[in-house]
Amino acid sequence: MNFLSQAATFLTSSAHWSGSNGIPALLLSQVKLSVVAVVCATLAGVGLGCILGHTGRGSFAVLNAANAARAIPSFALIILLAIQPAIARLQESGFVAASIAMFALAVPPILTNTYIGIREVPPEIRSAALAMGMKPGQMLWKVELPLARPLILAGARTAAVEVVATATLAAYVGYPDLGTYIFTGLAVNSNVETFSGAFLVAIVALGVDSLMAWGGRALTPAGLRNAGAHKDTPALRYRALGRIPVVRAQGNPSKPA
Amino acid sequence: MALVGSAGPLVQWSWVSSNRGMILSLLWQHVQLTAIAVVIGLAISLPLGILAWRVRPLRRPLVGVTGALYVVPSVALLLLVAPITGFFSITTAEVALVSYTLLILIRNIIAGLDSVPADVLDAAQGMGYTPLEALRKVQLPLALPSILAGVRVATVTVVGLVNVTAFIGQGGLGQLIIQGFQSDFNTEIVVGLVLSVLLAAIADALIVGAERLSLPWARSRNAVSR
Repeated sequence: MNFLSQAATFLTSSAHWSGSNGIPALLLSQVKLSVVAVVCATLAGVGLGCILGHTGRGSFAVLNAANAARAIPSFALIILLAIQPAIARLQESGFVAASIAMFALAVPPILTNTYIGIREVPPEIRSAALAMGMKPGQMLWKVELPLARPLILAGARTAAVEVVATATLAAYVGYPDLGTYIFTGLAVNSNVETFSGAFLVAIVALGVDSLMAWGGRALTPAGLRNAGAHKDTPALRYRALGRIPVVRAQGNPSKPA
Repeated sequence: MALVGSAGPLVQWSWVSSNRGMILSLLWQHVQLTAIAVVIGLAISLPLGILAWRVRPLRRPLVGVTGALYVVPSVALLLLVAPITGFFSITTAEVALVSYTLLILIRNIIAGLDSVPADVLDAAQGMGYTPLEALRKVQLPLALPSILAGVRVATVTVVGLVNVTAFIGQGGLGQLIIQGFQSDFNTEIVVGLVLSVLLAAIADALIVGAERLSLPWARSRNAVSR
């Protein structure tokens, strides 16, 4: 109890709410880093996913690469990048190292979900679009992308949550954000500071997750919001698995034996 | 802190061979931390998953709570449980690691049990199976592909997260990564990273192998349907 009240004191003391080492400033820099990584990854992932999904080419290699990239511990990647001379000599070395690592982390879920979302647009809808005289670009923009949007947004949500989590580790390589409290606390053996930092980071991650969930619902085309009718398409089953992407059940679970 | 870069070549093989013993023991620790987490995770998820599958109203809260645990960043979760389970203890590491397996496993258990066709269940009842027998002999075996898919994702996830527990003095290969950073030495980080990825790949392959062995019918079905 004493410990918790100390943490509460830490979190509410006015010293921690102003200046460059205050919660608002650190939160802002964490958000800045995360937004840069997620926005870049979304552009890259959706772009590449559109090309692959629309043409259906090269998908095997790219999707497997994306899947393999998932096994790389982002923590190791950040640290490895941070000590490379070319990055370490930069003034913002922590920011650069972390944003590259987080970009690499955020592309796979967005790319995979975009690809699957576009690939799994029912062929009859595609035929209808063709029959209406749509050109490939129009079909992508007006038919495939809107139908894939829920899945793409789910991928972006996964990416954003992972990125915010990893942004915490950026503090370890010298980029000041909320992780700074955690690592300073660990370094100076102040369990209260560490705990308070962890608390803030957890709140931020949960906040980002809810925000992305809300944004995802708001941006989903109205016709897809109650997708009960489509419940059997693999894409939506995939979305039902939510934040657990990629490794699909070996035997398709809903296929009767 | 390592800010002046002279981190050396990516891999200095002489360092690797002269530190083989340390690397192997950290690798072994990594395997142990992972295995403990997945086994405990499964032991918790299986009854909870079955319960939530039977009692529908429990699904949302259960998935909600485990989902929230899943969202909390690993460093933060470690240090949030640390005051209770002790800073720098293996319990702290395992509590955090197990937390991350729950959502994955519980969801897949529920999805697997849901996927059992109703007529199969009817047949089991018709043959006089009690609900418990049907669960054990019919539903769980049929749900196994989905459950094992969950175990695969959980295992690969945990292998990666074990690295982060190096911040509280556990961490297996993660210790190499941190040491490499502190001494500005590429080789240790690369060795930690590569072994960690390899370990994930091998664990994944082993589970796939186990799945094939334990599900002969799935294998033959796939062979036919292809």
